[in-house]
Amino acid sequence: MRGRENRFLLLMVAPAIVVGAAFFLLPLARLAVVGATGKLGIAAYTAVVTNPQYFQALASTIVLSVTVTVATLVIAGIAGVFLERNHFLGREALISMLTLPLAFPGVVVGFMVIMLAGRTGLIGEITSTFGAGRLVFAYSIAGLFTGYIYFSIPRVILTIMAAAEKLDPALEEAARSLGANPWRVIVDVILPALKPALIASGAICFATSMGAFGTAFTLATDIKVLPIVIYTEFTLLANIALAAALSMVLGIITWATLALSRVAAGATAAAAG
Amino acid sequence: MRRTPYFWLQLAFTLLVCSFLLVPVFMSIVAGLTENFFVGVKSGFTTRWIGVVWELYAPTIFRSMYIALATLAVTLVVGVPAAYVLAKRPGMATRLIEEFLVLPVAIPGLAIALALIITYGGFRDFRTSWGFILVGHVLYTLPFMVRSVLAVLSSFNFQVLEESAASLGAGFWRRFFGIVLPNARSGIVAGALTVVTLSIGEFNLTWMMHTPETMTLPVGLADSYASMRLEIGSAYTLVFFIMITPLLVALQRYGVQSTRTRKGA
Amino acid sequence: MNGKAGTAIRLVDCAKTFPNGTRALDKTSLEMRGGETIVFLGPSGCGKTTLLRVIAGLESPDEGGRVYFDDEDVTSQPIEHRNVGMVFQSYALFPNMNVGDNIAYGLKVHGVAPDKRARRVDEMLRMMQISELRERRITELSGGQRQRVALARAIAVQPRVLLLDEPLTALDALLRERLRIEIDVLLHSLGITAAYVTHDQGEAMAIGDRIAVMNKGAIVQTGSPREIYYKPASSFVADFIGTMNRVTGTLRGGALELPGGRIDWADQQGSGEMQVLFRPNDARIVEEAGAPLRGVVEQQFFLGDRTRLHVTGVADRTVVVETTEHREFRVGQSIGLRIEPGALLRLRD
Repeated sequence: MRGRENRFLLLMVAPAIVVGAAFFLLPLARLAVVGATGKLGIAAYTAVVTNPQYFQALASTIVLSVTVTVATLVIAGIAGVFLERNHFLGREALISMLTLPLAFPGVVVGFMVIMLAGRTGLIGEITSTFGAGRLVFAYSIAGLFTGYIYFSIPRVILTIMAAAEKLDPALEEAARSLGANPWRVIVDVILPALKPALIASGAICFATSMGAFGTAFTLATDIKVLPIVIYTEFTLLANIALAAALSMVLGIITWATLALSRVAAGATAAAAG
Repeated sequence: MRRTPYFWLQLAFTLLVCSFLLVPVFMSIVAGLTENFFVGVKSGFTTRWIGVVWELYAPTIFRSMYIALATLAVTLVVGVPAAYVLAKRPGMATRLIEEFLVLPVAIPGLAIALALIITYGGFRDFRTSWGFILVGHVLYTLPFMVRSVLAVLSSFNFQVLEESAASLGAGFWRRFFGIVLPNARSGIVAGALTVVTLSIGEFNLTWMMHTPETMTLPVGLADSYASMRLEIGSAYTLVFFIMITPLLVALQRYGVQSTRTRKGA
Repeated sequence: MNGKAGTAIRLVDCAKTFPNGTRALDKTSLEMRGGETIVFLGPSGCGKTTLLRVIAGLESPDEGGRVYFDDEDVTSQPIEHRNVGMVFQSYALFPNMNVGDNIAYGLKVHGVAPDKRARRVDEMLRMMQISELRERRITELSGGQRQRVALARAIAVQPRVLLLDEPLTALDALLRERLRIEIDVLLHSLGITAAYVTHDQGEAMAIGDRIAVMNKGAIVQTGSPREIYYKPASSFVADFIGTMNRVTGTLRGGALELPGGRIDWADQQGSGEMQVLFRPNDARIVEEAGAPLRGVVEQQFFLGDRTRLHVTGVADRTVVVETTEHREFRVGQSIGLRIEPGALLRLRD
């Protein structure tokens, strides 16, 4: 009787496996092979380290992503914990507004940065009114940084809030009763409890920033992040093998980050539990 | 309750973050409705930029909608049964399948798009059809549907419900459609909203994969930002906001609420 | 209801080994007479639920095992074709349907016409005294109400056998007591064959026509509640059903000698040192002067309807004695005890 049911179950999972194999695994394998069959051969994979231009792009992408991740964790950490632990009029509305940009594609986020810090942007408007000259940074690395933070904050806030919701108030009260000041409570109680969430959302934030394309594309900055380099190699220079190799490297970096974070978050969660 | 200075400090900070996110949204809405944004609102409000957008980009709006609906249909048919199997038979094999199904989330859209183009670019008719875009969107959104349904199925013991339905004479498919699906509804709805929202806003994959005949709304947006005047880009963005906001509101309602009530129950 | 006596159930050599290698059930053969209520009693992990699931058709027995409903071999029939009624510990009511629809579900699956279905649902609701709950959502019901709906749903299809898996475990003590009586009355008025799984010996005693005590995947004793209680076949059964004193004494000259005295015990085979068992309520407290056994009260526990004493000096270890007398004891007080020889039990193992 179980055998018959197993046949049905196999039938039900088969479409997903077929779709995944045909449109994901197979193409990814092709991508890996094509990456090694350009004029550089297998060396295309090391070009990201050996070629100064690509290495520069990789390094600045990593530095940018790490900075964005740290900044986002701090900003979203403060706001997220605050929103979860305080109840006041308009809180729900505030949460809705903070999570609204969740569905904005990268291009729209780039446009938002232009609105803020572009040539006709709000920030330039303000600085020029105060006689400090028109501050325009949308098209520099600061613009990229702003955009990446913009799309990262909503995601991270949601994760932090979910984790803060599970925070046991008794722990904090216990720490207080033992004489801990607010700072000690944060360091000794709140941060350790949020650690798995911070690791998980930090990794997602980093991986998203590494692979982000739309924002950089809209802002068309001088700073070449890796996705833009890949895009340029592929469309403008028709250097398909190299583009393939670089995107494989990029994919491995983001995948490994997420996989590692799961192991790390799992380990801390297990240690805490 | 008396508020401490810390409270006000944190509230101010949170409001600042909120305004960082929302001020540009309002600015772009205003810009899309203003005669001349460089002059300012004193130049007067107009809907003519929206008219221009409609003229230039109407097809992208409809295309994005039906690609989103087609993506939803495929993820429902493919993803929901798969999630059910994963929940029903926890074990090594299903764990591997799950990992494999959610893997596309971990790989940048750019890389997936490249891989698809390299592999299937040779099939001209397929490459130039909206079906090609659909494949990309399905890959990208399927993990969200699977996870959403899987989360709900793991939150209650559906196996014992099935056993009890079986004891009353219900066969496999009757149990799946009559017992499992109705009770997994909240996860399916949340997954569906996520899929449609993500598909409508998808850019990274679509930009690489599109042809002039298969331009979607976000691709059109990038095109307008690069080549049109600011007001047109803004008006177009406004159209996008109008499409996406109801979905987001619904997602906040159903997505969050369903998990909350479950936790309370 | 349908007049005929319940279905007889026969298990032949049913064992169950799970794919991961766990042997949940050793080769088991069992006969249930039509209309009989049999209780599978044992600690968790003893295989009682697995046995129930084999009868239900939720698990198939290992190669060689057969399940018969009357003379029909149902071994290869999945549960949905066996026409069994099942009641689960978690009730397993369908949250997407109201009370009435839950009860009607099985009838609908069986293709019963809507008007007939509605009448049957009415009948069930009346029988379980929950007519006012018909339109309620499952989430609005209390635990006891849910259990009544679960019973009504299982019975509505007139199953050949009713299977109950720890149906009262999730309820509080008072409600458990009341529903236990209701279920007992219900099962006997329906004349249905029923298998009832529990780890609660009180429940087993109250409900079972027969009790099958299980341990480590095997039935270790089958018998009426009385037989199980007073004639346990092994020390496991003796210990599992209520409190049992186990003392070591020496049989010599038609009497059992204990440190605190001696009990006349004629017609016993053998002699020398042996283990002897007796129930706490079989030791009567008597005047100390001339008592066959003497001991000292070590602790007393007032339980309301009775008093439980821990007494030292009677045997090689502390014995438990229960009395319904309305008197108070002091710790350190000397008391006399009498145990009738008929209450003494010798075990093979």
